[in-house]
Amino acid sequence: MSAFLALLKRDLKLAVRQGGALGTALGFYMMVVTLLPLGLGADLNLLSRIAPGVLWIALLLAALLSLGRVFSSDYEDGSLDVLATGAMPMELVVTAKALAHWISTGIPLALMAPILGLLLNLEIGAYPLLLATMLVGTPAISFIGAVGAALTLRAYRGGLLIALLVLPLYVPTLIFGMAAINGLLGASGTESAFLILAAISLASVVLCPLAAAAALRLQMQ
Amino acid sequence: MQLVAENLTLERGGRTIANAISFTLGRGTALMLTGPNGSGKSTLLRALAGYLRPASGSVRLSGGSAAGADGESGEVAEVCHFVGHLDGIKTHLTAAENLGFWATYLAGPEDAGKSVAERVEVALEQFALEPLADIPAGYLSAGQKRRLALARLAVARRTLWILDEPTVSLDTASARVLTDAINAHLKSGGMAVIATHLPMDVAPVQAIQLGRVEVAA
Repeated sequence: MSAFLALLKRDLKLAVRQGGALGTALGFYMMVVTLLPLGLGADLNLLSRIAPGVLWIALLLAALLSLGRVFSSDYEDGSLDVLATGAMPMELVVTAKALAHWISTGIPLALMAPILGLLLNLEIGAYPLLLATMLVGTPAISFIGAVGAALTLRAYRGGLLIALLVLPLYVPTLIFGMAAINGLLGASGTESAFLILAAISLASVVLCPLAAAAALRLQMQ
Repeated sequence: MQLVAENLTLERGGRTIANAISFTLGRGTALMLTGPNGSGKSTLLRALAGYLRPASGSVRLSGGSAAGADGESGEVAEVCHFVGHLDGIKTHLTAAENLGFWATYLAGPEDAGKSVAERVEVALEQFALEPLADIPAGYLSAGQKRRLALARLAVARRTLWILDEPTVSLDTASARVLTDAINAHLKSGGMAVIATHLPMDVAPVQAIQLGRVEVAA
């Protein structure tokens, strides 16, 4: 357990010291959302209707930007080899690193979404639900993304490949995240969509480390 | 505890790199791997550490292992220190933070008596890194980084040291420190597998000379 916490703490500390990853993700998120009204014109009704979808899709793309570094920096400087000699199985190494990614990127992005919602004339009533779905949905983004990052570890220009691999896997997260916000399914539908979103996140937290660890072992050969 | 390799055959990209290597390494001995560039020293070390699955043959620990005696190759990883060509250093953390992390992460039951700070201090002192402790590792020279990577050997007690050309970019004094550390480790019942081009004054020692690899037919 202390090894797990040590790794989590180290990755968070590195995220703060290096700074670049979070700043880029937040900046990108803001830019995409800011550009949209400029492109679509000042139709406030239209903007508020599409706001949740825009915020979710831009969040997925922003999170993707930083995913490539989850394992590659450790691979390049040789830390990954040493991490593999720890008493902790590779699955837990992946869990710690994906968790660090969620805390250092997923949570800040989710917290920024309501602020960007102002730019899109998002209904005030939708704010709590938007924030809740994003906080519940972002672990899935980090953990599914970790599988993509592990698979493309040694690939040239892995970052672009990650997007192709991982974006289709984000579809369920996106669908149920949107369903919960839009209330398309009625009041009881909102609740069930939210629960399914939580289930997707929990399942990915459990299953993705297995896949990512297997991929890492293969890449380290 | 013994490290046993039986008929180890390794392949890289379809080429056979090491053919039918067998050895038994007992406590208190070092194994020196020598051979020209490309003869498979690093590959063999990676196979011993369990990163690389051998094409045939096996690596295992036998007898008196703390973790149990079923002898999977994954088990070797849990009792070994691996110092490869890459230093495994985070340039944004200070030297002491780097070591502190590894001291916590790699700690085994034998380290339970000493705090992380104590172990880091001892390791820094041993490899003459004390003046550099609070400097971000990115500012260290190649030799200093190497020493920091080697200091990892001292922050957690592990039976088997796997060292891939550990003396690269070390000055004579630091190489001496390393040799002393290895000898002390052997004396306390440890094992070491070292790939090197330079002769190292380590005893008692077994040697394996790897030959140049011919392209497999």
